[in-house]
Parts: sequence; C-alpha cells; structure tokens
Amino acid sequence: MAFELIIGAWVATGLTFFIFSFLYKDNPLFKLAENLYVGVSVGYTIVKTYDTVIVQLIWKPIVENGEWALLIPVAIGALMLTRYVPKAAWLSRYAFAFIVGVGSGLAIPRTISSFILKQIEDTVRPLMTLVPGEGVTFTWSLLNPASSLNTIIILIGVSSVLFYFFFSVEHTGPGKVVARTGILFLMIAFGAAFGYTVMARMSLLIGRLTDLIEFTDRSYGWPSLWLLGLTILALVVMSRRSSRNKPEEQ
Amino acid sequence: MIFLRRQVPLLITLITGIVFAAQYYVPHPASEQMLTSVTKWLQIIGGFALVLGVSSLFHVHAIKIRRKEAGWGYSFVLYVSMLGTIAVGLWSNGKEAVDGTMTAFGWIYNFMMVPLQGTMFAILAFFIASAAYRSFRARSREAAVLLIAAVIVMMGRVPLGEYLIPLSGDLSQWILNVLNASVRRAILIGVSLGTVALSIKIIFGMERSYLGGGKE
Repeated sequence: MAFELIIGAWVATGLTFFIFSFLYKDNPLFKLAENLYVGVSVGYTIVKTYDTVIVQLIWKPIVENGEWALLIPVAIGALMLTRYVPKAAWLSRYAFAFIVGVGSGLAIPRTISSFILKQIEDTVRPLMTLVPGEGVTFTWSLLNPASSLNTIIILIGVSSVLFYFFFSVEHTGPGKVVARTGILFLMIAFGAAFGYTVMARMSLLIGRLTDLIEFTDRSYGWPSLWLLGLTILALVVMSRRSSRNKPEEQ
Repeated sequence: MIFLRRQVPLLITLITGIVFAAQYYVPHPASEQMLTSVTKWLQIIGGFALVLGVSSLFHVHAIKIRRKEAGWGYSFVLYVSMLGTIAVGLWSNGKEAVDGTMTAFGWIYNFMMVPLQGTMFAILAFFIASAAYRSFRARSREAAVLLIAAVIVMMGRVPLGEYLIPLSGDLSQWILNVLNASVRRAILIGVSLGTVALSIKIIFGMERSYLGGGKE
C-alpha cells in the first residue's frame, strides 16, 4: 500500500477520534482538531477561490483572450479593500452598492416568476383529471403526490400556513380554525425536517465509523486500535492532571 | 463631498437595480450576454469580499498569538494549518488530482478536511438525539404531532424502521412529498414576497443599511 495512504489513514483516524472525544467533554484534543479544521477549511477556500477567480476568471481571460473589460469588476472589488484605509473607506460603498443593486434587480423578476407564480400555479391545480377512455376522474392515491386527494391536502396546507402568518386579520372564529390547521401542518413539517436532519447526521456518522472499521486493517498498521487507545490514555492523563491541579488551586 | 459619499452609491444601486430587473423582460442576445457578464463580475467581486473576511480572521488570531492570550497555541495551530494548506494548494495548482493521481492538496482534502468535516457534523447526531430526549415530550397536541412525524420519517428512512413498521416507508414519503412540501411552499411564497419588497426598498433607497454606518 502507498505510504501516503497509510499516513493518511493514521491522520484521518486520529482527527476523527479527537473530534469524537468531545462527547466525553471539552478537551485540548478536540480544540486542536477544531482549530485545525478551521485552518484547513479556510486555506482550502482561499486556494479554490484563487484558482477560480484570479486564475480562471481574471488572469486567463485577460492574458489569453484580451478581455480587458474584466478590469472593471477587479476595480470594483479592489474598492472593497479601501475599508482598511479609514479616510477612503467610503469608497467601498460603491462596491457594495453595485453588488446590492445588481442582486436586488436580478431578484425581483426571478423571485416573482419562480418562487411566487410557479409555486401558486403548482398549488392551484385542477382537482379532476381527464383520462382518455375513462372520462373525468378523481384519484384517491396518497402515494402519488399529483393525485387529486393530495392536491386538496396541499391546497389546504399552503393556504392555512399562509393564513397563520397573516397577522393583519385577527385569528378568531373560522380564522382560528384555519390558523390552527396551519400550526398542525407546520408541526408535521418541523417534525419531518428534524427526522430528516437526524438521519442525515446518522448517515455521516455511519460514514465515519465505516472508515474507522476499515482502518482497523493490518495493511494500514491498525491505526484505529492504536489511536483509540492513545486518545483514551491522553484523556485519562489530562483528566487526572486537571483533578490534581484543582485541589492545589483551592 | 456628501454627494460622492452618500448619493452616488444610492444612484449606483438605483440604476443597476432597474437595469437588471428590466433585463429579465428583454429576450435579446445582448441582454443575455449582459447577464452572463455580470454573473462573472459578481463572482470576481465576491473573491475580493473573501479577502476582507479572511484578513479579519488573520487579524483576530494574530493579536491572540502576539499577546499570548489564553489558548494562543490553538490560534497558532489554526495559522500554521491555514498557511500550510495555502502553500500546498498553490504548489498543486489548486488541483486535488492530476491524471488520476492524488496531489498533496488532494491528500489534505481527503485525509484532513473530509474526516474533520464529516466527524464534526456526525457528532451533532448525538447532540440532536440528546436535545430531542430532553425536549420532545408530548406536552401538547402540537408537540405530539411533531414527535410522531419525526419518528415516522426517521423510521421510514432506514430498512430496520421499515421492517418494524412496514407502513413507515410510504408514510414517510407522503409526509415529505405532500405535507412537508405544502408547508415549504407556503414559507417560500412568504419569504419571496419579503424578498421582493426588500429589493424594491433597496433599489429606491428606502433601505440603506448595506451602506454601513458613519456620519456621512
């Protein structure tokens, strides 16, 4: 097996145990891995941004294709850096004004089209469907999201939740019933979102455990077993040292 | 001077906002080209925004190290790992693999970043479970509904759950595709209405907080 893979297995296993050690309590091993994570992530983002923005979007188009117009966004971006010069910091407003202006302008028609009109169109669908040979039918299947029954449920859900968030009308009488239906739908959605998130995290956990099991293999030098023992030993030593220091402080 | 500091930025926002809102309604190649160009421009400007954020991180940890504040060693680890990753990344030309062979940058990604990120999110499973145990008591009808929906979705996502409760798979799909979708749709419509309203306020200068504070 390649040497870098063996070293990689040891590093990955060690870092995984360091993070898992937080389940016992906050400790220096976890803090070390946490700061390493932040450092590596930021470094990775910087390199990727450099490669995408500086090399692919600025340097190559200008040098190879002569797209000199790209110097305009470079100049606008550079205005942001005037934040470091207090007397010229106001110039950065030009850059923010440009970004916010373009963003707002682009958002208005696209949001109306994709997120308002399209969503309403999908909500207010015909309740009956015309099937050739069978005529007009009402489909009862709950498993088909496009069935007539589900269309009614979705319509009730969307309307009641929207009404629940509409505070211009007091939620009394029939309005109270609609608002409570909205709450019921919201609770189901929150529960579903929670369940889904838990399972996504479980899937990540299974992924990490699968790696740890793989790294118990002899070809890697049993890093999972060695590092598990060393991590536990380190935690015990640190715990004893801190409990010994406490009485001395008192 | 106040014109340059206050009015010109507002004017830039007004003009760019109106131009790019109108662009959607102009189905002309030149209009499409303008959209493509500005998308690229925003990516470039965003790169400079990253410089601002990162330099702030550099500054905070540099101060900690210089003053030898509590936990300065961790800041040092952060610094070294960040600079190390940048150096290795530039040396590998920002590529994780070349011709199917893993680069040093790819090694950092596969054996440091992926395990750290995966484990960091994986331990949340324990905290979510512990938080749920403490707070998920069916004290009201709404809480009971939330609890039942969560259990059904969790059961329906794993083979064991489907084996124990055969209906949970279909029920979970129905909850996600119909009930959850309807709520997400309603929330999306509400959020979108807010986005449009905020965008209009920004374009016409009623919302100016993005310009920052200061006397002028």
